[in-house]
Amino acid sequence: MVDIPYDGIAGIPPAEVPEVELYHPRSWWTRYVFSQDAKVIAIQYSLTASAIGLVALVLSWLMRLQLGFPGTFSFIDANQYLQFITMHGMIMVIYLLTALFLGGFGNYLIPLMVGARDMVFPYVNMLSYWVYLLAVLVLASTFFVPGGPTGAGWTLYPPQAILSGTPGQDWGIILMMSSLILFIIGFTMGGLNYVVTVLQARTRGMTLMRLPLTVWGIFTATVMALLAFPALFVASVMLLLDRLLGTSFFMPSLVEMGQLSKYGGGSPLLFQHLFWFFGHPEVYIVALPAFGIVSDLISTHARKNIFGYRMMVWAIVGIGALSFVVWAHHMYVSGMFPQFGYFFATTTLIIAIPTAIKVYNWVLTLWRGDIHLRVPMLFALGFIITFVNGGLTGLFLGNVVVDVPLSDTMFVVAHFHMVMGVAPIMVVLGAIYHWYPKVTGRMLNDLLGKFHFWVTFLGAYLIFFPMHYLGLLGVPRRYFELGDTSFIPSSAHSLNAFISVVALTVGFSQMVFLFNLAWSLFKGEASGGNPWRATTLEWQTPETPPGHGNWGKELPVVYRWAYDYSVPGAAEDFIPQNQPPRATQLVQGAAS
Amino acid sequence: MAVALILLLVAIGSVLFHLYSPWWWTPIATNWAYIDHTINITFWITGFVFVAVIAFMAYCVFRFHHKEGRRADYNPENKKLEWWLSVGTGVGVAAMLAPGLVVWHQFVTVPADATEVEVMGQQWQWSFRLPGKDGRLGTSDVRNIASDNPMGLNRDDPHAQDDVVIENGDLHLQMGKPVKVLLRSVDVLHDFYVPEFRAKMDMVPGMVTYFWITPIRTGTFDVLCAELCGAAHYQMRAKVIVDEEREYHAWLEQQKTFAELSPARAVVKATYQSGGK
Repeated sequence: MVDIPYDGIAGIPPAEVPEVELYHPRSWWTRYVFSQDAKVIAIQYSLTASAIGLVALVLSWLMRLQLGFPGTFSFIDANQYLQFITMHGMIMVIYLLTALFLGGFGNYLIPLMVGARDMVFPYVNMLSYWVYLLAVLVLASTFFVPGGPTGAGWTLYPPQAILSGTPGQDWGIILMMSSLILFIIGFTMGGLNYVVTVLQARTRGMTLMRLPLTVWGIFTATVMALLAFPALFVASVMLLLDRLLGTSFFMPSLVEMGQLSKYGGGSPLLFQHLFWFFGHPEVYIVALPAFGIVSDLISTHARKNIFGYRMMVWAIVGIGALSFVVWAHHMYVSGMFPQFGYFFATTTLIIAIPTAIKVYNWVLTLWRGDIHLRVPMLFALGFIITFVNGGLTGLFLGNVVVDVPLSDTMFVVAHFHMVMGVAPIMVVLGAIYHWYPKVTGRMLNDLLGKFHFWVTFLGAYLIFFPMHYLGLLGVPRRYFELGDTSFIPSSAHSLNAFISVVALTVGFSQMVFLFNLAWSLFKGEASGGNPWRATTLEWQTPETPPGHGNWGKELPVVYRWAYDYSVPGAAEDFIPQNQPPRATQLVQGAAS
Repeated sequence: MAVALILLLVAIGSVLFHLYSPWWWTPIATNWAYIDHTINITFWITGFVFVAVIAFMAYCVFRFHHKEGRRADYNPENKKLEWWLSVGTGVGVAAMLAPGLVVWHQFVTVPADATEVEVMGQQWQWSFRLPGKDGRLGTSDVRNIASDNPMGLNRDDPHAQDDVVIENGDLHLQMGKPVKVLLRSVDVLHDFYVPEFRAKMDMVPGMVTYFWITPIRTGTFDVLCAELCGAAHYQMRAKVIVDEEREYHAWLEQQKTFAELSPARAVVKATYQSGGK
C-alpha cells in the first residue's frame, strides 16, 4: 500500500493574503439580483434550473398519461406528444442538469473548495447567469407562440426539424435554436470562469492532486463543455440558416408535402455528427460532476478516505478525453459509413474500463468504513445502483451490432434515463441534502428526507428497469400510441400503465422534497459550520453561510489532501484540509 | 439491517425479473441469431457484474454501518487490487466486444448472391420496388417524383421500365434467399424496422443505405418506422410477408411494372419538365 503524504508542506509560512478587491454589494439589487458573488449566482442558477426542470417534470407526467392510458386523455394529441418529449428531453439534459451541475454546484463549490474568495471574473460570472436566464425564457416562450414548441425530438434532426410535417416548424424550432445559441454563450462565460478559477485561484497548498474529487469532476466537465458546445453552436446556427434563409447545410433535394423543395446539396448526417460530437461529451458533462460529488459524499459519510484517489482523478480525465472519440455510437443505424462501427464500438467499450474503476473504488471506499446511513449517503448508494445498471446497459448499446435491434426502442430510453437521468439526479438530491446546511445554516428534515429517498429511488428503479424489456421486445420510442401491432402483447400495455402510475407517484413525491426545502429554511435545526464533520475547505469557513469573500481576513492554507478521515492516531475521525501538521501531532500527542 | 437487505433485494429482484418476466425479444425470422447470441453473452457478463457489485455494496452496508465506537480503516490505495480489477474488466469488455465486431463484420458484408429490393420512405408511408426480369433496379431521383411516378424513377433508364413498383401494398420476400434491402427516403429520416428481422437502418434523403437478411421462417410481420419522422410517425405502417418460393412467385406475377403503371403520355410530360434529361 502506498501512503499518500498529507504533511508535505510542513514549513509553509502563515498566510498573509490581503483581501482582493471584491465588488461588494451596495444595495438590495446588487446583493440579491445583480450580484457578483458566485454563491448568489449559484443559487440563482439552481432556482432557475429547478423551475424549468419542474416544467419538464410536468411534461413527463403528460407523456406517461398518454403512454400508460392511450386514448383516454383527449387533450393530448400526437403533435403535442412530440412537443412534450422534445421539450422534456432538451430541458432535462441542457437547461436543468448542465446548468445545475456547472452553474449551480460549480459556482457554489469551486471557490469554496479551492480556497478562493470568488470566481476570478465575477462580472462575467454574473453576466453568464443573466444570459442563461434569457435562454430559459426564450425556451419557455415557445409554449406560447403560434404552433407551439418544436416537436422534432431533442436531437432536432434535420430535415424533419425544419419541415412542415413536424409540429412547431414555424416559431418553435427558430426559438429553440436561438435559445441554444444563447445558452452556449452564457455557458461559455461561466465555463471560462470555472476553469481559470480552478487553475489560477487555488489557495496556498492546494495542489491539483489535493483537490476534492467534486472539483475535479466539475473542472473536467467544464473543459469538456467548452470544447463540445461549439459543435452544437455551429450546428444550431447552420440549422437556423437552413430554416430562415433557405440555405442547405443539412438539406438534400427532397419533397416537402408532395412538392419538390428548394433545398439541395446538404447532408443530414453532417448535423448528426456535429450534434453528437457535442451530445456524447454532454453525457459526461452531466456524469463527471456527479462522479466527483458522489465520491465526496461517500467518503464523508463512510468516514473513510476515497479509495484510490489518484486512479479516480485519472479515470475522470481519461473518461473526459475518451468521450470525444465515441460520439458516432449514437449513429450506428444512421446510415453512416459502416466501417466506422468497428472504431466507435471499440472506443466506446474501452471507456467502460475507467468507468468501472470508479465504481469499484466507490464500493471499496465502503469496505471497512464507518458508514453513516444519512440521507446524502442513501442517495449515494442509490446512485451506485442506478449508475451501474445504466452503465452496464450501455455495453449493449455501445457494442455496434447489439445496438442494431435495440436502437430507437424503449431500451434506449430506459438506458439513458437510468444512467444520465436517475443516477445524476440521485447525486443532485444527495448533494442538496449534503450542502443545504452550508448554504442556509440549517439542516433539512431527516424523516422527510428518508421518505423522499426511498420513494424516489425505488420508484425510479421500478419505472426504468422493466422499461428495458419493452425495448427488448421491440417497442419503439417516440410513439404517440402503439396501435394494433401484432408483436406487442397486451401485457406490455399493462406494464406501460404500471410504469405511468409509478412515474406519477415519484413525480408527486418530489413535492415532499420541495416542502422540506422551504420548511427547513425557517424551521430546520441549526446546523453549525460543519455538521458532517467533513474535511474539505467549504466546511471550514468562518461564517455559515459564508459571507462575500468566503474567508474573512485570511485565506485558508492547505496542508493535506481532502480525504483525511479516520487517520490512525488522530483524536478526531477527520482532519480538515487546512489543519497544520503540527496541530495534528499535538492532537495525536494528546491522544496517546 | 433494512437498508442492506433492500439493496440486495433490488439486485435479486432484477435477476428474477429478467428470468421470469413475460417480455422478451420476438421470435427471430432471419439469419441474425448471431445478434441474439451476442446480446445473451452481454446479459451474462453484465448480469454477473451487476449482482457482484451490489451484493458487495450491500454486504459493506450490513457489516460496516455506523455503531458506537467503530472507526474506519485508513487505506488510500491498493495498486495491486486496482490493476487486477482493471485487467479483469478489460477481459470482460473484450469478451463482449470481440463477438460483437465479428458479427458486425458479417452484418456489413453482403453476400454476392443477395438479390436487391428497395424500400422507400416518405411521410408517412412505405413503397417498395423489386427488380424486374433484368434483375437490376433502375435509377431514380427525387426530382422525377410526380403523381404518376411516386418513386421518382428515371423514365429514360431501360432498367427502370420493368421494375416492380408496389404502392400502398405489402412487401413479399422469399424464404431462404439472402436479400439486400436498399433504403431510400424522399423527405426526412425514416427507419425500416421489423423487430423479428433484428436488422434495421435509417433511411436518409439524398443517400441510399442498406442492410441484408436471409428470411428463415414464413409469416407476416409488422413494419414500423423507427426514426422520428414527424406528426404521424407512429402511423407509418406496412407489412412484410415471407413466402415459400411458389407463393412468392405467384405473388410476384400479379404485381405491376413501372412501364405498366405509367402511361406513355406521362413519359413525354416528364421529359419536358425535367428539361429532357
